[in-house]
Amino acid sequence: MIEVKGLRKSFGEHEVLKGIDVNFEPGKANLIIGRSGSGKTVFLKSVLGLHDVDSGDIVYDGRNVAELSKDERTLLRQEIGMVFQGGALFDSQTVLENVMFPLNFFGDMSESEKRDRADFCLSRVRLDSAHNRFPAEISGGMQKRVAIARAIAMNPKYLFCDEPNSGLDPETAIVIDNLIQEITEEYNITTVINTHDMNSVLEIGDHVILLKEGYRAWEGTKDEILHSEDEAVLDFVFRSELFKKVKEALRK
Amino acid sequence: MVYRFFNGIGDYALLMWRVFRRPESWRETWKAFWREVDLLGLDSLWIVSIISLFMGAVVTIQTALNLDDPFIPDYYIAIAVRESIILEFSPTMVSLILAGKVGSNIASTIGTMRTSEQIDALEVMGINSANYLILPKIAASVFFNPMLLTLSLVLGLAGGYLAGEWTGMVVSSDFILGLQMGWDPFYISYAIIKMIVFAFLIASISAYFGYTVKGGAVEVGRSSTTAVVNSSLAIIVFNYILTDVLLN
Repeated sequence: MIEVKGLRKSFGEHEVLKGIDVNFEPGKANLIIGRSGSGKTVFLKSVLGLHDVDSGDIVYDGRNVAELSKDERTLLRQEIGMVFQGGALFDSQTVLENVMFPLNFFGDMSESEKRDRADFCLSRVRLDSAHNRFPAEISGGMQKRVAIARAIAMNPKYLFCDEPNSGLDPETAIVIDNLIQEITEEYNITTVINTHDMNSVLEIGDHVILLKEGYRAWEGTKDEILHSEDEAVLDFVFRSELFKKVKEALRK
Repeated sequence: MVYRFFNGIGDYALLMWRVFRRPESWRETWKAFWREVDLLGLDSLWIVSIISLFMGAVVTIQTALNLDDPFIPDYYIAIAVRESIILEFSPTMVSLILAGKVGSNIASTIGTMRTSEQIDALEVMGINSANYLILPKIAASVFFNPMLLTLSLVLGLAGGYLAGEWTGMVVSSDFILGLQMGWDPFYISYAIIKMIVFAFLIASISAYFGYTVKGGAVEVGRSSTTAVVNSSLAIIVFNYILTDVLLN
């Protein structure tokens, strides 16, 4: 479980996160939604420790990040997998080398064990035929799957995804969403996903947090969001014609 | 302007503090080191060879034209060529060329990794990205550039010899006599020390500008140019300091 308490973060005079409290439970897909500029990415990077926060606590299963030594933080990071918006695969390495990369740094596996683990992770994301290709030679959807395979290579307890299906067609986006949910449930991972894709919310939103102007504006499940009359939810979710019609249908 | 300069120096020092830490995996750093030797060193062999050969030839012709006096023996031309190439042309010229070739490569590679979040990916994995990406580049440059210098010295003098012979300005026996006359072995140490310092400056300054880039493709391009300009300036300044300290 990840507990975030009173998280604040500013860049100069501009306060992006204005005291956010939220808990992320294991085995669930926790989705953070909100408009562009609402602070989603800053929030995710702050929880990951890529940004120094102004105040607040981030607690990973009882371990407060602020109180950890450098070595303890390094150990904690080995329990974290991250899928970046653009995949962030290493251009100069093949798909297989990308997935083996964290295994080369940490752990004491032999070469064949590392290879087996990478093969397993790639087959888990249903990517069995691209081992020796470079990231530039595969499609965006395949890159996202490689990024997921690399993120789960170290058996993470926590999985973070920053807009994992941005730039993908709806069909591939659903495949990626379902893959993340399957992995989350199968390995009981605490998964946190940044998205503004409402299809993802309705597909896998076990726990949804809506950020608005640096505040937590709403929290609930994918079923609750459809029936919510909260102003922030109505303003963000039911803005498109499609969702307006959905809402009207639900009200009837 | 002054504030930005000292702020940059401070950031550079902090980055170097992170670079010279114990690597998470010596094996991976060792592998990266040899990759960089190939990329930054071996790939520069041809350009260093061509520049050195022609530089030696031009220096010989110009010196011969300037010392065209019946009272000055021809072997003086070879002495002047030798001193020019070993003390100045090879270490400084080759380093300036490498600042352009290697410096832009380092800055743009690391800059692209920054903008495409590959550096963030390393940090999330618990890897000291500055150490993993920059240390092998600095080590490879410091290790291999003195070898490039040796090659440049040999080819520079060979170019001078061939130019003297082909143009008939210096006969080969005079050239060889001049190369041996008044030889001070410290000059080689001096050239190697300069080359090592310049190699460190090129790799570390270029890496700094790549690592701290913010934005997209335009900023990566700009950081690459800034890296080359600043590495070249640092080479010029340190060339003066080292010459004063080591030879004066």
